[in-house]
Order: sequence, then structure tokens, then C-alpha cells
Amino acid sequence: MALSLPMAESTAVGSPALNIAIFAAFVVVTLVIVIKVASGKKTAEQYYTAGGAFTGRQNGIAIAGDYLSAASFLGIAGAIALQGYDGFLYSIGFLVAWLVALLLVAELLRNTGRFTMADVLSYRLKQRPVRIATAISVICVSFFYLLAQMAGAGGLVSLLLGVTGEVAQNLVIALVGIIMIAYVLIGGMKGTTWVQIIKALLLITGTAIITIWVLGKYSFNLSSLFQAAADNSPAGEKLFEPGLRYGKSMTTKIDFISLSMALVLGTAGLPHVLQRFYTVPTSKQARKSVEWAIWLIGGFYLLTLVVGYGAAALVGPEAILGAPGKANSAAPLLAYELGGSVLLGIISGIAFATILAVVAGLTITTSATFAHDLYKEVFKRGNTTQDQEVRVARLASVVIGAIAIVGGIFAKNQNIAFLVALAFAVAASANLPTILYSLFWKGFNTRGALFSIYGGLTSSIVLILFSPVVSGKAPLVEGGPSPSMITNPAIDFHLFPLDNPGLVSIPLAFFLGWLGSVTSKEHNAQKYAEMEVRSLTGHGVAEAVNH
Amino acid sequence: MSNDARTQAEDPYLALQSSPEFQELRKKFRGFVFPTTAFFLAWYFLYVLLSIFAPDFMGQLVFGNITLGLIFGLGQFVTTFAITFIYARWANREFDPMADRLGAQLDADQKEN
Repeated sequence: MALSLPMAESTAVGSPALNIAIFAAFVVVTLVIVIKVASGKKTAEQYYTAGGAFTGRQNGIAIAGDYLSAASFLGIAGAIALQGYDGFLYSIGFLVAWLVALLLVAELLRNTGRFTMADVLSYRLKQRPVRIATAISVICVSFFYLLAQMAGAGGLVSLLLGVTGEVAQNLVIALVGIIMIAYVLIGGMKGTTWVQIIKALLLITGTAIITIWVLGKYSFNLSSLFQAAADNSPAGEKLFEPGLRYGKSMTTKIDFISLSMALVLGTAGLPHVLQRFYTVPTSKQARKSVEWAIWLIGGFYLLTLVVGYGAAALVGPEAILGAPGKANSAAPLLAYELGGSVLLGIISGIAFATILAVVAGLTITTSATFAHDLYKEVFKRGNTTQDQEVRVARLASVVIGAIAIVGGIFAKNQNIAFLVALAFAVAASANLPTILYSLFWKGFNTRGALFSIYGGLTSSIVLILFSPVVSGKAPLVEGGPSPSMITNPAIDFHLFPLDNPGLVSIPLAFFLGWLGSVTSKEHNAQKYAEMEVRSLTGHGVAEAVNH
Repeated sequence: MSNDARTQAEDPYLALQSSPEFQELRKKFRGFVFPTTAFFLAWYFLYVLLSIFAPDFMGQLVFGNITLGLIFGLGQFVTTFAITFIYARWANREFDPMADRLGAQLDADQKEN
């Protein structure tokens, strides 16, 4: 079958020159668009949120572009190809999570905030301590997410561009970072949003083409496709049943429950997702954004199911695991198997565009937190001009971009899956309980917020540090490297049995938020009334946008 | 917009918050989103727990190579899409007019003062 791929000799598949050309074409086209629609001097509002001028539909497409990161596009397709049902199980958490955003968070957040997540959390609490705590949490979550994306870029490079030398790989990571910084500096949120919209449309179209192609090969019979996948897999028909990945032991089972909690409750606490709700003018448009996002993301994961089983059937687990990107190479290898170098080039270009778009969104969000929450509100106590604030935000974007490049170079050979899981777990522990309490619970106050943010943040990070993802995992194959971050089996300091801390840290953060609140008498009835009335009626949003 | 010089009784937000119309709006909103959230979380975790702890049940073939687990999993997509559709319709038709009316009332009150 696909084992004739020229992979054993060279690490690249297809034509690296073509892959590079398609990627370069994407960069040139999007840069021209960014310069045309979004260059020039900007107010802080325009820089962080595009002045709230996008429509719900545009923003919904951009959210899909932002959310379908390399981890969920390449990662889930690969997980389904190798572990069948369990890979599919994993993708469902990413979708269901959007209902939390739709029902509980998006609209109320849009009605009560303007620039950053901290606007909402500090609305009726003491500004400085809450803004500082929120900023620390935002920076941590975004940093883990950013690092995972940049490290993913490194792995993708060796697979798709045939760049194998250490120095050359580092140069490509640096180049990706520099292009991303250019988008952000030139276009701000408006430019970044357009990059995400274009990328989302390309990604969904490309995946739909592969899906129809694969289904066509099996006369549009899902059951025959599954049979072909099972015939080609050492797991056989176990591919259709739960258990290949998460069913190994009681620990892996409980670990999956922990991961599910982090996924479902983490999405609506991811700062770069929340930031997107400020790019539309009203809560009604925020609602429309999530509606569109759910249709697109859900539709995409359904396509991924076919792509994953298609990769198992047409490429085969052996060839996938033999490729440099391992599971992540399932979708690109399937594209090559179906459409040769041209389709592979298109999918590779889209995969790179994915990393660019996601990293740009993260950078904008983090720079807004630096400039608006820390510099303006905390450090300068609100006494800055627009120009100063935007200058700080731009400077922060460059610094974050530089950190992403350096971090990506150091992390490129690391096991990165835990970084994404960590970002979701921290978001679900430190951010979501605090957001929900401040939107829905009258008795919530500053001490409660500090307890839930710092408690959730500290517990999730400490638990990860002493978990098997950092040290002590047994190698997957006898004598092979350990899948932990520290691959030396002699160094083992893990104390917590689970890979994902969510099962402990999320309930703990909810509990701490409650405990802090009931032990403090602080309550600002006037601000609470203002926040609640505004959150439900949308009062005052229009004037804030027209500023 | 917050005006601390006003006494509590005069604060338009406090006044509106304690009005029966606003209480009704809050009740309506929470009455929809809380039970719906409880439902989709329960259904999602039921699916996860069955997949993890009852793999034989979920692994039984229903037709062809399609397992019960896959059908339940696709059911998660169906319920997610359905909740999205139903919530958006409810919010557009039932919730928005009421919320807009209260928002407009607040605007009018603030202009008078």
C-alpha cells in the first residue's frame, strides 16, 4: 500500500520546494490583505479588539481558525488513525466545551468587559490585586499554549520541508515567529482576525476535500472504511471499541476523566478565546460568533473522524509511526497518498498557516494583558495616553514573539502534548471558576477571586510538575525513550499519579473561591448591581464601543 | 458611569436590579441556561464514563462496523448542535426583547436624571 513512500531514506515526503512555495504564497497573500485592511496607526481598542467591528459570522469563523490549532487538526487525526475510538472520544470534549462558552460566558463577558479578561473579573472587586492575579494567570496559560504551538512548528518543519539540520530547523522556527510578529504589529487584532478567517476557510475546505476523496474510495460506506482501517492496523477491530489508549489501567482511565474535565471547562477560560468575544460589537453578535464556531468546529471534527480512519486504512499505522512527526503526520501522509505532492503541499501550507494564526492570536491577547492590565491599570494607575498604551502593547508583542521563538527552539524535541493539556487545566482551574463566580454569584469578592486564581494556578502547575508527564514514565517500547519530559529514567520525582491535574485542581479552585468569599465581609452592592444589570441587558456596551 | 456620590436609593442600577422586571429577566435566563448546562455536562460525562468503564457495552456492534459507542459519540454532536440551535432561537425570540426593553428603560431613566 502506502509503504512505497520515499520516507525511509529522506525525512521529507513529497516536494519540499512545492511545500515551501505554497506556504510562501499564503504568507504573501495574507500579508498583502493585512496591510490593505488593517495597517496604520491604531487606538488601544483597535489594536486589542479591532474596535469590536467584526460581525458574529466573521468572528465565528475566526474562532474556528483560532481553535483548530495544529494540536487539534494534526493531533486528533493522528490519534484516530492510531487509537481509533479513543482518538474520537478525545475530540468530543473539545466540541462540547463550546456549550459552556455559549450558555454561560460569551454574552455576559461581552457585556461587562472591553479589552481583557481582567476587565470582567475586576469589575466589582478591588482592581489592583485582581488584575495582577488575572494577568499572571493569563500569561501562564498563554505561555504554555504558545510554547506547544511553536514546538509543534519545529516537528512539522522536519516532516514537510525536509529541513533536518539543527540550525536550519531553528531558522525556520525563527522565521515563523518573525512573520507572526509582522502580522501582529502591522495588523493588530483586525489583521490577525483576517489571517484566522482565511486559514479557517482553507483548513475546512482542504479537510472536506480529503474526506470526500477518502469516502469515495469506499463508495461512501463508513463501515467499509472502518473495515479497511482495521485490516491495516495491528489493533484490528479493537479500533472501533473504547480502550486502546485510555483503557490500559485504572490510572489511565481516571486520567482520561481528569483530561475530559479540563477540556470541557478549560475552553471557556482560555484567554485568547475570550479575547475574540471583544471583537464584535454586542452580546448578540457574541452569541452568533459561538453559534458559527460550534457548527464549524463540530463539522470539522466529524470530517476528522473520516480523515483519521482514512489515514489508518490508506497510509497505515506503521508508516505513520515511522514518519518524523509520528501521529501528527497522519493527515499530511494521507494527503500525499491521495493527491500526491500538490495536495500534500496544500495541507502543509495550511498546517503552517494554522500555527501562524494561533500564535498571532495568543500574542495579541498576552500583549493586551501586559499593556492594559499591568502597565496601564496597575503600574500607571490608569494615567496613560492611548499612544503610550499601544506602544507598550507593540513592544510586548515583539518580546512575546521573541520568547516564543526561543521557547520553540528549546522545546522542539520535547513531548509537547502535556503543554496543551496543561494550558487547558490551568484555564479550567484558575480562570473558569473565577469567571463563573464573578458573573453568577452575588457573594463573590476579592479574597475569593485571589484564592480561586492563585489556588487553581498553583495547584495545577505543582501537580503537573510532580506528575508522570514530567518524570518517571516507563518507556513505550522496551529500551526506548520515556514519554516524560525528563527522558532519563533514573530521574523520577513523580508523586501524583495522573498526567492531568484537572480532577483535583478544578474542584479545589471552586472550593477555594467559595472559602475565600465566605471568610471576607467585602461586598460592593452598587458595583454588583451595575455588573449584573449590564451583563444581562447589555446596557452601556454601545457607548463603550463608540468611544 | 458608576456614580458613588449618589446614595444607594438613587442608583439606577440598584433600583433596576431590585425591580420585579429584572428579577424576572434573571429568573428566565438562569432558568434556561442552568438546567441546560446540567444536562449537557451530565450527558457528556455519562458518555465518557461508559466509554471508560463499560468498553464492552460501548464496543458492541450495532450494524456493520458501527459500534454503540460511536453512535453515542455522534449523539454528542447531535445534542451539541441541537442545544446551540434551540438556545439561539430562545435567546433571539424570548430573552432579547425583554433584555432590550430593560436596557432602554435604564437609558431613559438616566437621561431624565
